[in-house]
Amino acid sequence: MGQIAMASILLDKISVHFPVYDATARSIKNTLIGSASGGRVTTDVKAHVSVQALTDFSLKIDHGERVALVGHNGAGKSTVLRVLNGIYEPIAGRILIEGRSVPLFDMKLGMDPESTGYENIVLRGMYIGFSRAEIRERTDEIADFAELGSFLHLPIKTYSTGMAARLAFAISTAIEPDILLIDEGVGAGDAAFLEKADRRLEDLIKRTRILIFASHNEQLVRRWCNKAVLLEKGRLMGVGPLDQIFSQYHSSLTSK
Amino acid sequence: MGVTIGSIGLIFGTLFGQDMHQFLPFVAAGTIVWALLSTLIIDGCTTFVSSESIIRQIKLPYSIYIFRMVWRNLIIFAHNIWVFVATVVMFSAWPNEMAWLAFPGLLLVLINGVWIALTLAIFSARFRDIPLIVTSALQLLYLATPIIWLPNSLRGQHTYLYEYNPLYHLLELVRAPLLGQSPTLANWTVGVVLALLGWTFSFAVFARYRWRIPYWI
Repeated sequence: MGQIAMASILLDKISVHFPVYDATARSIKNTLIGSASGGRVTTDVKAHVSVQALTDFSLKIDHGERVALVGHNGAGKSTVLRVLNGIYEPIAGRILIEGRSVPLFDMKLGMDPESTGYENIVLRGMYIGFSRAEIRERTDEIADFAELGSFLHLPIKTYSTGMAARLAFAISTAIEPDILLIDEGVGAGDAAFLEKADRRLEDLIKRTRILIFASHNEQLVRRWCNKAVLLEKGRLMGVGPLDQIFSQYHSSLTSK
Repeated sequence: MGVTIGSIGLIFGTLFGQDMHQFLPFVAAGTIVWALLSTLIIDGCTTFVSSESIIRQIKLPYSIYIFRMVWRNLIIFAHNIWVFVATVVMFSAWPNEMAWLAFPGLLLVLINGVWIALTLAIFSARFRDIPLIVTSALQLLYLATPIIWLPNSLRGQHTYLYEYNPLYHLLELVRAPLLGQSPTLANWTVGVVLALLGWTFSFAVFARYRWRIPYWI
């Protein structure tokens, strides 16, 4: 998973709509009966409702930028992250991304409670894009950081929540992504571990080419980011330095 | 699996007055191959829906979910096949060198299984009643396909019951060699043509609807 020389992101007027289906529209039987009889047999087949998650959203991010996505709940922050990873393909607009992105939304994603700690290092590692050889190189370092010792030979369902979180964090932060996507609420384990985790996260962010961080946590954003983007109801409200965007965000809070 | 095959074989073998030495291995091979075919189809339906949490969290090729499901069912098949081996040992009905043909047959079954699973997985993401419809259809096909009855018990009448059933031909591709017979040319032709048409169709569906999958699940 080598890094590329120059990472960049360009979103050009993208729109994302989520279709909302009711129970009738979810059934092929009702849909077929509805269309065959011109709506005379079942009148429940309505025009589909859709929620506009992003509308005409344009954004350009260059190599080395650490961008915070700021906005209220439901403003579209997570949708932007998912578009950047390629999970959601927009219905309109153009996307140009140079570099491989790694999402850190759910650090435990892909881990299997029945498998041992070591097996889970391989499993989770492969989910985030490592080859088996790359995982082998990093296993010792990950095991070391997670401080789980011989517990790594046991199934992770025998771990405490904190232990499992520590392992998930250790694996997930061993990456070297071009573009790192973080959705709020990263962190792991108990207080003693938090400080260590903090340093590791900081290291990860330093070696990442572009960081996109969706968060409400102003303190964390100010530490990690050098640029901010304000979203409201799926539209871009502003891009700029942190101070400017945060004052815009706070005034939008009070004007409500 | 062993208990199912044993009871079906004994009950239907007695009902139809069959020779157990021939009938039990036939039921065993048929049931095991059918189990593979039908679970590929039924599990295929739910492949994307049941991987929702992963699909919405990280971008991975959709083929991963399909291949994972196929691999799982292949492992289950490898376990079940020992029931057939046990039957063979019990009746010393050793298969001849034809048995090797079961491998290319199995490969063709899997190739077909992949496109069927992919197509159903996409449509089932949009229409949630498809898995139910498919399950009912397969239950019907289980009875209509010569698995617990021999094709020759129709005495040449109503043979369309299985001749036009593509699943019968796929089944024969693996079952016939296991029982020491060569699959017919019709079996191979249906298997290959089905794979070609199916993959073309499935590819077109995938290209058209791939981007909708994360919105549907």
